[in-house]
Amino acid sequence: MAKVPVQFTLNGSEKAEFIDSGTTLLHALRDKIGDTSPKGGCHQGTCGACSVIIDGELRLSCLTLAETCNGAAITTTSGLSEGGVLHPLQHAFLDTFATQCGFCTPGMIMAAKVLLNHTPNPSRDDVVEALSGNVCRCTGYEPIIQAVLRAARANSQNAA
Amino acid sequence: MELRKSYFADVRKDDLHEIGQPRPRSDSPGHVTGKTAFFADRNFPGMLHLKMVRSPHHHARIRSIDTSEAEKHPGVVKIITAKDVPHNVYTILILIQIGPEDETVLADGKVRWKGEAVVAVLAETERAAQEAAAKVKVDYEVLPAVFDMEEALKPGAPLVNEFHGQNYYLYDSGECRKVRFGDVEAGFAAADHVLEQSYQSSPIEHAPTETTGCVVAPEGNDRFTCYTNTQAMFFTLDNASIILQMPGNKLHFVGGTVGGGFGGKVDVIVEPIAILGAKLTGRPVSFIYSREEEMQISSPRAAEKVVIRDGVMKDGRIVARKVTGYTDAGAYSRHSPYGAQKGAGHYPGPYTIPNVWIDTYCVYTNRTPSSAMRGFGVTIGDFALEVQMDKLARLIGMDPLEFRFINAYRDGDMKAHRQPTEGAALIECMQEASRAANWPVAEKFMAMSSYVKGA
Repeated sequence: MAKVPVQFTLNGSEKAEFIDSGTTLLHALRDKIGDTSPKGGCHQGTCGACSVIIDGELRLSCLTLAETCNGAAITTTSGLSEGGVLHPLQHAFLDTFATQCGFCTPGMIMAAKVLLNHTPNPSRDDVVEALSGNVCRCTGYEPIIQAVLRAARANSQNAA
Repeated sequence: MELRKSYFADVRKDDLHEIGQPRPRSDSPGHVTGKTAFFADRNFPGMLHLKMVRSPHHHARIRSIDTSEAEKHPGVVKIITAKDVPHNVYTILILIQIGPEDETVLADGKVRWKGEAVVAVLAETERAAQEAAAKVKVDYEVLPAVFDMEEALKPGAPLVNEFHGQNYYLYDSGECRKVRFGDVEAGFAAADHVLEQSYQSSPIEHAPTETTGCVVAPEGNDRFTCYTNTQAMFFTLDNASIILQMPGNKLHFVGGTVGGGFGGKVDVIVEPIAILGAKLTGRPVSFIYSREEEMQISSPRAAEKVVIRDGVMKDGRIVARKVTGYTDAGAYSRHSPYGAQKGAGHYPGPYTIPNVWIDTYCVYTNRTPSSAMRGFGVTIGDFALEVQMDKLARLIGMDPLEFRFINAYRDGDMKAHRQPTEGAALIECMQEASRAANWPVAEKFMAMSSYVKGA
């Protein structure tokens, strides 16, 4: 099968690969580039575990063709902490026990990050809406909602 | 909500350092940074992908299997059928002497449920494996199937599983697990009211976000490392050892990180065939259930039917309980004989009843094999029992919570399966629930104790 080139930045680093046309971004990130933080839970766009940020927007990497990401800036959960210091969202997830098995966590954090980028002081309803595309089978969602609200509070205190 | 210090004041210890203290989870930093290694995060050069050809029929004889077209498909490396599996007929609980072996790793001559694994295809890519699997031709002679437990138990019903010879698991106690305590018929005769109700449930899928699977890497010395999300590491290792007829020291299992299990990952389904694939090809093998397979193929919680007949006095005492429980194992045992047995011990509930008769059947049908899920064998029973308790309370015009205080088991009471009650806390739980839910009960019930004699 003919290979196509794809080039984008991943968490600030330049990446270039030759991939089979039709390869999903999830597959390219996990199996070609080696960033396994996005997870494949359904491969049909229903669970949200593969969520990444492409040019500031939340996207399902299992439904995104890698070749459409040429020139894009992609962020994943593995790129969130800087210099070993956790992002406020990551801290909040730890503090509220918002992870159990951890499989949905990277996708949840991506969805939450996009929310807080657009809406720094979200209401509880905003958080529920923002996480509505991400399935968690362990926590019952409440600790995750609390984590996002806590991170938003931490951000606004830092800004004040 | 904190446990009141007045509960168990004379037996409890309060100088605990860990219990009651929040402690960070050791695995969470890996989860929030995306660094936790789930099995599917392992990638090896030259890894093959395994896809299963599955039965489209609920019950059928296999006349023939033709893999010639599939073998020619570009990218196909190996096709595995029943004859390639060293010990093809197994059962998980054989490790604790619960037999007979009744399930095939790959179907041999017959399929007993829709979705049963028939042929394994290994290819360079997932897509090639999927396409080749579609080219495997299996000639089936469709057989009559049975999907209802009570139908399956009737004479003349289609025989689901020849390894059992009848459509129920044969316990050492006979066709069902039995509990006999007191004289249940005398209890019914003496009762003011008798109420018989039947309760039924459907299979329930665990739906973990991470699907079942494993990645196997040959180590080059006839030893294999299996990265798996099994919830039952040593059950899986030992069963793989039996199925593959390989000593356990040739198998290195790496796991413990499970993306949601809930009991759905305690069966031994993906690992033996993936290890065999790695052995036969000398290459790493990945076998990961699709979301569709997770929902349709992995074992659900068993469907159950529970028939409860209770004799109750006007003063609130339950004097007789007879329960017939049916657990739908589907086509194979897996953990269901154990689930049905647990039900037998559990059906009196946390209540002291002087006359008890319980029969629980583990029934085979042509449905998806069921297995473990969160309190399997007792969860559906608890639903049935507590609905029954509410109905009994209504029948005699009593408050449902007070009715439970009257019947609650207490330390020293003999349970129907002849274990004396120890460490009971039902009364204290109900007292706290009464306060928390603002559902007041008479003062005498609030003064009761699970363990103080005469209280």
